[in-house]
This record gives sequence, C-alpha cells and structure tokens, in this order.
Amino acid sequence: MERDRRGEMAIAAARLLRDGERVLVGVGLPNLAANIARRVHAPNLVLVYESGVIDARPTRPPLSIGDPDLVRTSLAVVPILDLFSQYLQPGWIDVGLLGGAQVDRRGNLNSTVIGSYDHPTVRLAGSGGAADIASFAKRTVVLLPQSLERFPARIDFVTSPGHPLGLRRERGPDAVVTDLGVFDFDADGEMRLAATYEGVSAEDVQVRCGWRLRVARDLGVVPSPTPAELDALRSLGGQGRA
Amino acid sequence: MTAFLTVQEAVSRYVGDGDAIYLAGFTHLIPFAFGHEIIRQRRRHLTLCRATPDLVYDQMIAAGVADTLVFSYAGNPGVGLLQAFRRAVEHGELALEEYTHFELVARLAAGAADLPFWPLRSLDSDLSARRPRPRVKSPFGPEEVAVVPALRPDVTLVHAHCADEMGNIYAWGLLGEVREAALAARRVLVSVEEVRPGDGLRAERDHLLLPAFRVESVSVAPWGAHPSYVHGVYDRDTAAYTEWDRISRDAGATSEWLDAFVHGVPDRAGYLSLLQPERLRALKEAAEHGA
Repeated sequence: MERDRRGEMAIAAARLLRDGERVLVGVGLPNLAANIARRVHAPNLVLVYESGVIDARPTRPPLSIGDPDLVRTSLAVVPILDLFSQYLQPGWIDVGLLGGAQVDRRGNLNSTVIGSYDHPTVRLAGSGGAADIASFAKRTVVLLPQSLERFPARIDFVTSPGHPLGLRRERGPDAVVTDLGVFDFDADGEMRLAATYEGVSAEDVQVRCGWRLRVARDLGVVPSPTPAELDALRSLGGQGRA
Repeated sequence: MTAFLTVQEAVSRYVGDGDAIYLAGFTHLIPFAFGHEIIRQRRRHLTLCRATPDLVYDQMIAAGVADTLVFSYAGNPGVGLLQAFRRAVEHGELALEEYTHFELVARLAAGAADLPFWPLRSLDSDLSARRPRPRVKSPFGPEEVAVVPALRPDVTLVHAHCADEMGNIYAWGLLGEVREAALAARRVLVSVEEVRPGDGLRAERDHLLLPAFRVESVSVAPWGAHPSYVHGVYDRDTAAYTEWDRISRDAGATSEWLDAFVHGVPDRAGYLSLLQPERLRALKEAAEHGA
C-alpha cells in the first residue's frame, strides 16, 4: 500500500503539541496536525489563527484562516494588530506551526521566491505572519516534504529567520517534520535528524538533503500511528492509513 | 455630512488615477463591488495596498489598474498562489513593497494614530533588508526597536453589514485590519449590504465599525463582498476561489472573465444576474445555519 505521507507528517507533528498549549495554526497540514492533537491527546489545545481567531474548535477542515466556521466556533476574534502586537509579540503563543518552500540547516525558511527576488523563477505568496511567528512564538515546528530542492545548502531567500550562525536563540525553530523523518535542533542551533519513519534510513534522508546532515547518535524510529490517531486523521478528511 | 452615492458615483468622484488605495477586509468583507467598479472605470497607475491581495487584487492587477503593490501575503487562501500577480511579477510589470502581516498592520496603526512610525520587535530577514527598517533607541532605557513608517492611503474602501441613515457603519465577525486601514486613510468609502432606518443600530455600539464623521460616502451594494463573505449574511464561495485558480492560469481566459463579469455588466446587480440563483441561495443558507 502507498504510504500516506501527508497523514504521517500530520500525526508526527501532532505529537509535538502538548495539552494546554496555545498554538498558532495555518491552513492545510498545520491545521490537520493541530486538530489531530486536540482530538487524541491534547483536548485543551488552544488553536489561534493569524486572522485573529482565538480558541477555534472547527467542525471541518478550514479552507482559509478566516473561514466562517473558525469564526463561528471561536472563543473570540481580535483585530490582527492586537493578535500580533499583544498576543504574539509578548510571547503568549507557545508554538507556531509553519510551512515553506525551502528550509536550511539553521531552520531559516523561504516562502517568498524561487530564484532572485527581482527576477524570480517562481514568485510565491510571501511572509504573511510567518516571519513574525518565527520571531515570537516560543518555538516553531516546520512542516514540509523532503527533497534536495526544498533542503538546499543555501535557500533563495530568508523569509522567516531561524537560528543565527553558531547560536541557538531562545525562541525559534524546535523541530522539522518531513515525509522521511523528524528533525530537532542541537544546542548550537543546527538541525539534526532525530528519527525516521519505519523503513527509512539516515542515508535515504541524506540523499534528499543539500548539506552534510547531522544525525542523532541515538537515531530513533517514529512510532507507527495509533488507532486513535488514524481515527482522528480520517474524521478530519485525511486518508487515515499510514 | 456623509453622502449616499452609488458605487459608480463614489468611485468616479473619489478614486483618481495614481492614488494609493486600500481595499480592506481580511478574508472577510472584501469590497469586490468597489474593486470591480475601479476596473470598469479603467483607473490607471494605482498603488494597491492590502495585507492579503486575494482575488480582488489579482483581478485588478490582471485588468492593468496597478503600478505598485504594497502587501504581506499574496496567496489564494486555501488554494495556492495568485496567478495574475505571479505573471505580473515574473514579467517585471508590477513594483512590490513587501512586509510581514505585523509590519503592514503596524504601518496602518501609525497612519491611523497620526504618528510617523510604529515600533516592533520582529527579527531581521531578507525581507526587512530590502527596504528601510531602521532601529531606534528607546529614550527610556537601553533598548532598541525596529520601526516601520506610517501608511496613509489616499482612499480606503470598506464593505460592511449595514449603515444607519446618518452613515454610521456597523459590522460583525472577523474585522482583521479594516478599522486601522479605514482610520489611516484620508478618505473612506463604504459599501453596505443594507441601510437600516431609525435609531435601532445605536444599541449595537459594540459593533460600530466607523462613525459617520470618518465616512465620505455610503453605497448600498448587496452581495458587495462576493465571493468573500459577510458573517451571518452569506458564506464564503470557496468554489469561486478554486475556479479563479483555473481561469487565472491563462491570460486569455482571465481577460474573457473580466470582459464578461466586470466590463460586460453595468454594476453589482448585473454581476449577480450572471450567477446561478441556487448558488447564492446555498451561500445564504450556509451563513444562516452555520453549515
């Protein structure tokens, strides 16, 4: 059976969220991950969206961060200025879930352009709140499928700052979840392969990574999804098999 | 005194070639009726400002009204990229002034408060390196913070639920950056779903979006935010966002769409007459019943 890579990624990311945390969520995979966590092991997870929605309990996968369903099921909706200046900036958001087109070994993310900024090959959507979330969330979890193009030695544009060279800053990237494994960040702020899915080796990951990968000495295996996780995934519109 | 004008009259009187304009509304209450009228009146050399350009600016960019875009996230929400925007940028036809969401709304907050700049702590990136984002020293301590300059649109255009007969504007639900964008502007033009007679709306003081003295004109435009939504009145037409992704991938299909749905109709009522009544009914029912 074909692996449900999206489902695996969402479940692996969901496990990184702890009950009671306030998590800033986007649409797509981050939303799937946060809602799996809320249904399986973190019933008190507070879902916050950059549209200003606080504590949403969506009944279906939202199609935009301003989806009417998020608003109807929310505790409150605050102006965007308040969300960024009074909730995010002072550190009231525990986790930011971010996607992107490219990531580098310091956890810097590109969601702006492929190619040069002035003469782009592909012009992407841009930061939105991502650079602000990367600045202020106590930690961020990055989700993206793994390939040489997405994990290059040098990304085309730094939209959202990771850890500066040689230094792990207090907030910032804490994990990267791909369709091959889960990465953490070392004490010096360098990305490190922490675990792979069953049947995936560190070499498999290295061939889809543009720099010499740091691998944890005790490299783990991502545990298989539990029935509860698969149920949650299915009920949220995922394939529900892994 | 707030004037009650048609959408055509308001645009004709107050939106000029070369203006910096802001069509407010973060996923919700997007003033499509105004956007289409600006296309129809063939305005040129505009600076379009908006945190999330969305379909409305993709259509305006495709129609050739804009020289410059001031923005923070140019995606088709929940679908992908904005194709007309992409083409214009990749062909070097559109100048960009790009920010993060926080920076852009902070610029509006400074404009609304009549301050020259707004301080914030977002970290530096390749984005902040492309334009001036100086740091200033706090006069009260050793800290330094980055600042962004005030943004003051010539005209901000807003869509809202309703107005009273004086021109006070009321809205419910997700307000995003609407209030800051309006209060930062020299002039504010508003379209509404309806005007309610009498004093009844005064009891809704928690939902006052703008007092009449900040509103230049009010225009009645039912469904003026379609295919975005008006909370509790009609739901977001997500199919239209997917359809636009398909249409906008092709420059020819894009102009055909603009010819049919914008230039080919005189006003919002004409646009609505091209949509299936069942489609509109379903959006209304979804909003009323929370489907």
